[in-house]
Amino acid sequence: MTRHKLLKRIGFYALVAVIVVFSVFPFYYAVVTSFASGTALFRVNYLPSGFDLRNYQAVLGSKNFLYSIGNSLIIATLTVGLSLFLGVTASYALARVRFRGRGLLLMTILAVSMFPQIAVLAGLFELVRFLGIFNTHWAMILSYTIFTLPFTVWVLTTFMRDLPVEIEEAAIVDGASPWIIITRVFLPLLWPAMVTTGLLAFIGAWNEFLFALTFTSTESMRTVPVAIGLLSGASEQEIPWGPIMAASVIVTVPLIVLVLIFQRKIVAGLTAGGVKG
Amino acid sequence: MTDPIAGRSGGPSLRQRRQRAAFWFLAPMLFALLCVAAWPLARTIWFSLTNTTLSNLYGGEWIGFDNYLSMRTLSSGRVVWRGTLVDPAWWNAVWNTVRFSLISVGFETVLGLIVALVLNAEFKGRALVRAAILIPWAIPTIVSAKMWAWMLNDQFGILNDILLRLGLIGEKIAWTASTETAMTAVLIVDIWKTTPFMALLILAGLQMVPRDIYEAARIDGIHPVKVFFRVTLPLIKPALMVAVIFRMLDALRIFDLIYVLTPNSSATKTMSVISRENMIDFDKFAYGAAQSTLLFAIIAVFVSAYIWLGRVDLGGEGSK
Repeated sequence: MTRHKLLKRIGFYALVAVIVVFSVFPFYYAVVTSFASGTALFRVNYLPSGFDLRNYQAVLGSKNFLYSIGNSLIIATLTVGLSLFLGVTASYALARVRFRGRGLLLMTILAVSMFPQIAVLAGLFELVRFLGIFNTHWAMILSYTIFTLPFTVWVLTTFMRDLPVEIEEAAIVDGASPWIIITRVFLPLLWPAMVTTGLLAFIGAWNEFLFALTFTSTESMRTVPVAIGLLSGASEQEIPWGPIMAASVIVTVPLIVLVLIFQRKIVAGLTAGGVKG
Repeated sequence: MTDPIAGRSGGPSLRQRRQRAAFWFLAPMLFALLCVAAWPLARTIWFSLTNTTLSNLYGGEWIGFDNYLSMRTLSSGRVVWRGTLVDPAWWNAVWNTVRFSLISVGFETVLGLIVALVLNAEFKGRALVRAAILIPWAIPTIVSAKMWAWMLNDQFGILNDILLRLGLIGEKIAWTASTETAMTAVLIVDIWKTTPFMALLILAGLQMVPRDIYEAARIDGIHPVKVFFRVTLPLIKPALMVAVIFRMLDALRIFDLIYVLTPNSSATKTMSVISRENMIDFDKFAYGAAQSTLLFAIIAVFVSAYIWLGRVDLGGEGSK
């Protein structure tokens, strides 16, 4: 019996080990590759073979890559700000005020977040051209609201719905207007939820590829995913794997650090997006 | 409204005032969604009924459903069908998308369930495992595509090296370039990247199952496997259904991973990829718009059927 139990334990931890290795290994290997260069790059190394910073110098020495990081930062930050601003007031109305058609409205918003983005590409392309914002940050900020805004509204609504009625009742009795209720009563309580949704929306905007690929035309306007995605050599044989891995590590490490710091919040936010009750 | 006394006597009631405020709070958000979602979608559908080209966005003429299907009788009497619906490249993309979605979501569900069950157990280092599985989720899709493209590289890739050392393959495989393995390569990367999301959603469902149920089952001496299929699975079914549809929708519209990992491979070209290619790269803007409209229609039908058949409670309000 004890032997059986021991075997079970070993089996369980073996499974845990497989999960961890499978999750972490590709990133580990990218880091190992990013520090290798020259011929070391083309030997398969399971362990770090050296500490060569040439790939990082190549990437950070390129002006366009630095521009890309700047573009991505500006676009993601403004997208998040816009979504949170529009999302907080809207989700207050959706979570705390009873009106006809509320359920339908919520479902519509959820449906928008599930839109295949390709279905709006042609129409958005025309809109972006019409507004004269092609190949500017605004093209991305505008188009990214299609997935960040519904998501923000949805998650903030589920958070707000769970807050007790009493806190609001007291303010209503005191004659506070809905605007005062939002800014003075709910906003202080909502900070944790806003950090979560903001972070998830930021990651979404940071990672987006289709719109950024279609709405930019010059190298200096590219966002990080487009810059990395289109980083290629003159031919199949000359793909600069070292610099690609270095660039990947540079843009991924801050994300991983953020995700690990806000682990609990992110998991709560992700699951509030869909599974509740 | 500004006069507080008027508000008290005979003015709109508190409920009405709140509803009016709610309208103004919703208006900006709805306007934004109208601009970025409803209007572009309507324009895409309109474009699909014209012969618009990328270089002349406003010069399109109405051609009805010719982009979808049209019939022409040649002078020789032969009947020629044209349009997306008789385009073998389109049907190849449909088939690729469906195949990719079913296989990837299937694997992700099973693996996600396993990971979620592991994380739901209490053991030392659980926090560490949870942190580890968040890493694939946090890595941008494009970055993971590049990372895996390097690992799957035919000459210098580590995967071929491992498989050769283990004796599982006789010679190096050109994973992303060969038509036989391109889909497998895409599936591997997608499953790696999105299983964590699935696991976290299922875990949230698992954590709502009361612990005393397991306790009771243990005391009664019921085999854990039986407990899983008879108790756990039915209880987490709602969470599972929602997780599956979220992933399915994501899989059906996949673009970025395939565009970067296996560009120009007809074995992996999906509906999104072929639509954009026609729209932007081949200057068949309206034709691509027709294809993306079809993709939208397919997804809409699929979602409706799924929600209707599975009675999925997306809002989570039914249980409240």
